[in-house]
Amino acid sequence: MLIPTAVLSGMGLIAGLGLAVAARVFAVETDPRQDAVNDVLPGANCGGCGFAGCSDFAAAVVDGKASPVDCPVCDDAARQAIGAVMGLEVATTQRQVALVMCQGDESVAKHSFRYNGQASCASADLYGGGDKVCLHGCLGLADCQAVCTFGAIEMTEQGIARVIPARCTGCGKCIAACPKHIVSLIPADAKVHVLCANTDKGGPAKRACDVACIGCKKCEKAFAEDPRITISNNLAYVDYENAPTDPGLVETCPTGALVFRDLNALDSDGKEVRPN
Amino acid sequence: MSTPIKECIAVEKLVVSAAPHVHSGQDVRQVMRDVILALLPAVLVGIWYFGVDAARVLILAVGGCLFFEAVMNRLLKRPSTLGNLSAALTGVLLAMNMPSSSPWWLVLVGTGVAIILGKAIYGGLGYNPFNPALVARVLLLISFPVQMTRWVVPQGLGTGFDAATGATPLGAAKEAASLGTPLAEVGVPGSMDLLLGNVGGSFGEVSALALLAGGLFLMWRGIIRWQIPVGFIGAVVLITGVAHLAAPEKYLDPLIHVLAGGLILGAFFMATDMVTSPVTRRGMLIFGVGCGVLTAVIRLWGGYPEGVSFAILLMNAATPLIDRYTRPRVFGGQRRQLFADRSES
Amino acid sequence: MKFKGGIHPHYRKVTADRPIRELPLLPRYIVPIGQHIGAPGEVIVERGQEVLRGQALTKPAGFVSVPVHAPTSGKIKKIADYAHPMGRPQLAIELIPDGEDRWSDEISPVGDWRELSPNILRDAIRDAGIVGMGGATFPTHVKLSPPADKPIDLLILNGAECEPYLTSDHRIMLESAADVNEGIGLMMRVLGVDKAVVGIENNKVDAREALAVSRPPGLDITYELLETKYPQGSEKHLIYALSGREVPAGGLPMDAGIVVQNVGTAAACLEAVRDGHPMTERVVTVTGGAVAHPDNLLVRVGTPLQDVIDFCGGLAVDTGKIIYGGPMMGMVQFDLDSPILKGTSGVLCLKDEEVSQFEGGPCIRCGNCVDACPMFLVPSQMGLLVERSRWEDLGDHHLSDCIECGSCAYVCPSRRPLVQYFKRGKLEWRAWQEKQQNESEQNNESA
Repeated sequence: MLIPTAVLSGMGLIAGLGLAVAARVFAVETDPRQDAVNDVLPGANCGGCGFAGCSDFAAAVVDGKASPVDCPVCDDAARQAIGAVMGLEVATTQRQVALVMCQGDESVAKHSFRYNGQASCASADLYGGGDKVCLHGCLGLADCQAVCTFGAIEMTEQGIARVIPARCTGCGKCIAACPKHIVSLIPADAKVHVLCANTDKGGPAKRACDVACIGCKKCEKAFAEDPRITISNNLAYVDYENAPTDPGLVETCPTGALVFRDLNALDSDGKEVRPN
Repeated sequence: MSTPIKECIAVEKLVVSAAPHVHSGQDVRQVMRDVILALLPAVLVGIWYFGVDAARVLILAVGGCLFFEAVMNRLLKRPSTLGNLSAALTGVLLAMNMPSSSPWWLVLVGTGVAIILGKAIYGGLGYNPFNPALVARVLLLISFPVQMTRWVVPQGLGTGFDAATGATPLGAAKEAASLGTPLAEVGVPGSMDLLLGNVGGSFGEVSALALLAGGLFLMWRGIIRWQIPVGFIGAVVLITGVAHLAAPEKYLDPLIHVLAGGLILGAFFMATDMVTSPVTRRGMLIFGVGCGVLTAVIRLWGGYPEGVSFAILLMNAATPLIDRYTRPRVFGGQRRQLFADRSES
Repeated sequence: MKFKGGIHPHYRKVTADRPIRELPLLPRYIVPIGQHIGAPGEVIVERGQEVLRGQALTKPAGFVSVPVHAPTSGKIKKIADYAHPMGRPQLAIELIPDGEDRWSDEISPVGDWRELSPNILRDAIRDAGIVGMGGATFPTHVKLSPPADKPIDLLILNGAECEPYLTSDHRIMLESAADVNEGIGLMMRVLGVDKAVVGIENNKVDAREALAVSRPPGLDITYELLETKYPQGSEKHLIYALSGREVPAGGLPMDAGIVVQNVGTAAACLEAVRDGHPMTERVVTVTGGAVAHPDNLLVRVGTPLQDVIDFCGGLAVDTGKIIYGGPMMGMVQFDLDSPILKGTSGVLCLKDEEVSQFEGGPCIRCGNCVDACPMFLVPSQMGLLVERSRWEDLGDHHLSDCIECGSCAYVCPSRRPLVQYFKRGKLEWRAWQEKQQNESEQNNESA
C-alpha cells in the first residue's frame, strides 16, 4: 500500500517539476502589448479583419501590419482602448451593418423553374442564375446565414435572407458569401433604402417581381438640387454619404422598392421596438 | 396542328437540376430492408430453438431502437428517419447479439445505448464511426457480464421451453484452456450441430447455415462485397489453423472456430456495416483481415472467449485511416511506387 | 472490348428504328454566336441585313474559335441577348426566313479530299464552323492540328453513343455510312495517320455492318464492337477499350498519340469539303415519355425548342424535365425559346414520374459510387469534402480528373447530387489554388 503511494506521488512530483522547468526554459517571448490588445478584442474570431482570429489580429496590430480600426466588431470604446495600449490616435468611425438589397420573396417574385439540388445559393446560381425570373434577386438558400458567426441573419418565412441589425457587427463575411453580391455594408444610421438590385428595364423587372425597382426616376426627381438618390442602369441608388431621412419619400415609389427602415429601431430579434 | 407547348404545360413547374436525371432506383430503405430479409432465416431458427423468449427480445430490441431514434430526432430537431429502416436493422442485430434470457430492461438499455451513444450523437446515419449494435453489446457485456453470459442451451429441435442455461462451445474451450484440461474431455458440439444451430449462444449466432444463406443472398444483391467476409474468415482460419496444428489438445479445430460463436454473423452482417467499414475494395480486404487477426488473437490468447465484437470495433476505429491510404490509382495516374516521396504533395 | 467501372442503365432506345426526318422551314431562327468551346466569333452582319443560307454571320476570334452560319436565307431581325441552353441569356442573331432557302453564292465544293493538302482541308473545316457533334463542341480543326511534339498514330471514331435514349449517331451510321467513311478518310489525311478504328457499342450491330460494307478500299479502317456500358463513349475510356492505352491523368488523347472524333463530325467534314456546305443543320433525337411522337429529326441550327417539340406532337401535361442531350450528362432547359445548337444531340422530355429527384441524404458509405466511377476516384469522400466546404483537400483526391459522367450519382442510394457537388468543388478548388498562388507571389515579392 505504501510503496504504490510513494511511487505514484514520486512520479507526480517529477512530472510537475519537469513541467515547471519546461515552462521556464522553453518559454516563448511575446510582446506584452499583444496580450493587452487581445484582451480588449471581442474574441469572436470572425475573420472580418482579414486575419485568422483575434490573437492573430492582435499580433498584426503590434507588428504595425494592422490598425485598430480594421476590426469591424470593435466599438469606438474598444478601439480607443487598443489605441491607448499602442500609443496611437484612433479616429472615430460610423457603425456599419449589412443589409440584403432584395425583398423578392415567395409572395412577390416569380419563379422560372423548380430547383432540385444542393441547398446553397452559390451552387443554385450555376443553373441559369437560379430559379427566379429576376436573376439579381436573393435565392434564399442561406449561404449568408451559414457564414454569419453572430447569428445576425435570418431566413424569413417567405424565403429570403434578412439581416438583424442589432446583432450585426459589419464583419463582411456575408458580403463575400453572396453569389449575387446583393448584401451591402451601409451606415447603421441610414433610414431610407432601395431594397432591389434589378438592373433590367422596367417592363421585365416588374414582370419578374412585384416590388422591383423599375428605374422610373420618381425618387430621383424628389430632389431637385441636392441629389440623394440617383438612377443608373434602371436601378436607384441611395447616396449613403448624403442620405435622405424623410419617411414620406416612400410615397414616391410606385412599386415599393424604396423602403423606410430605421435599422437602430429594431431589437435583437429584428422586430421594431418603437414605431417609425 | 397541335397546340403550342406554352399553353399545355406550366413552364415554371419544370424541374431544373444538375445531371444525371435518371437513377438506378435503389434507395437506403431498400438496402436496409434487404439486410433485414437476409437475417430472417437466422432469426426464425433462433426463435425455433429458444422459443418465446427470443421473440420477446427481438420485439423489445426493434421497438426500443425505433423509440429512441424518434426521441433523438425530435430532441435534435432532425427530420424523421424511421422510414429508412436503419434503426429497425440495428434493433434486429442487437437482439441477435444478446442471450434470449435477457431481461426486458437489459434490452432497452442496450437499444438506448445503440441509438443515442452509437449513432445520434454523431449526427445520425452515415456519421457514426462505430457499429451501433456492437457499441451497445460491448457496453452491456462489460457492465452486466452475468446477464449477458447467461446462455440458453436448447435441448433439441423445437424444445425451446425446456432450454437450460450453460456455456457456449467457445466459452467451454476457454475455460478448459485456463484450467489446463485437454479439449478432448470437454463436450464440444460436433460440426453438424454447430451448422444447424443446436448449441448455446446468443439467439442470433447459433445457426451458421441460416446465417450463411443470408450472407450469400446479400452478396448476390450486391449489398456486401466478398472482401470483408473472406478476409475476416480467412484470417481466422489461418491463425486458428496454425494454432490447432501446433497444439490440438489446447486449441479448437478451425472449422469449429468458424461455425461457433458470432464469427459468421460478424463477418457477414456486422463487419460489413457500410457506414463503419472502408469504401474501397482494397480497404475492405485489409479491414476484414484485421478483424480476423484480432478475433483469433482474442479468442486464443485474450481474456474473453469471443473476440468478434471487440475486433470489429477496433477496426472501425481504423476505417478512416484505411480509407485514406487505400485510395485507388486514378485512371491515367502514375503506377504506385513502392516508396513514394510525399513531401511535395 | 471494355473498361473498368461504369453502369448499365436502361437504354430505352425507342427511336433506333426511326429514319431521320427533316423538319420543314420555320418562321423564325435564333442563332447564338457562342455554340462551341472557345471564344465566340465576332459578329460581321447587322440588323436588317439580308443573308443567304450558309453565309457566315460571325468570324472566328482566335485559334480556338469557329464562325456560325445562317441556317437559311432571310433577313436579320435583331442581334441581342436571347435565351440560351446554358441557362443565362447570350448574344444571338434572330433570323426571319424568306421561305426560299437559297444557298449563298459563295458556297461551292472545295474539291476531292484525296487530292487536297491537309492545310486546305483544315481551313475548310474551320471555315465551315465544324465542332464536335457528340456534344462536346470542341472546334474540329483545332483537334485536327495537334502540336508537333505530340505525334499521332491513330484516329479513333466515336460511334458508341452510350447515353440512354439517344440514337442520332446510330441513324447517321446507318443512313450515311458512305459519307462517314469518306469523312474518316479525310480526317486521316489531315492528321497524316494511316490507321483508323471506329468503336461501336454492340447494341448497334447493324450500324457496324453498314459501315464495314462501305469501307473505301485502300483505307485501313477497322470497325470494332464494344461492350454496351455507360460511359463507353467517354474519350479516355473509348481509347482504353480500343487500344489499351491510358490517357495520362490531366492530359489529352494526343498525349497518347490518338485523336478522337465523333462519326457525325466525320460526315460533316466530308460535306464541308465535297459540297462546300458549312454546318447549318444536325440530327437530333427527340424522345422521352413526355413527348407524343419520339423521332430522329434533321434540324437547322437555331431552331427554337418549341418548334421541335411541336413537330413531334407536343408535350404531356405532366412533363417534369426537358433536357438537351442524354439523361446522364444533359443540361436541363426551362425556356422553350432555347434554340437547338450545333452540339445538341437530343431533346429528352421526361414525365414527372420518370424524373429522379435529388435528396440531401447522408452518405452511407456503401461504396456503390467507388465501384461505378470509371476514373477510379472516391466520389463519396469528395462529396463529403464539398459539403463541408473543404476545398483545399480536393486536389489530393484528384477531383480535376472527374469527367462528370454521373455514374456515381446514378447508383447513390441516398440520391446525393454528386455531380453538382463536383462542379462546384472544381470551381472553388481552382479559386483556392489561384489565391494560394497570388499569396505566395506576394510573399516572394515582400521577402
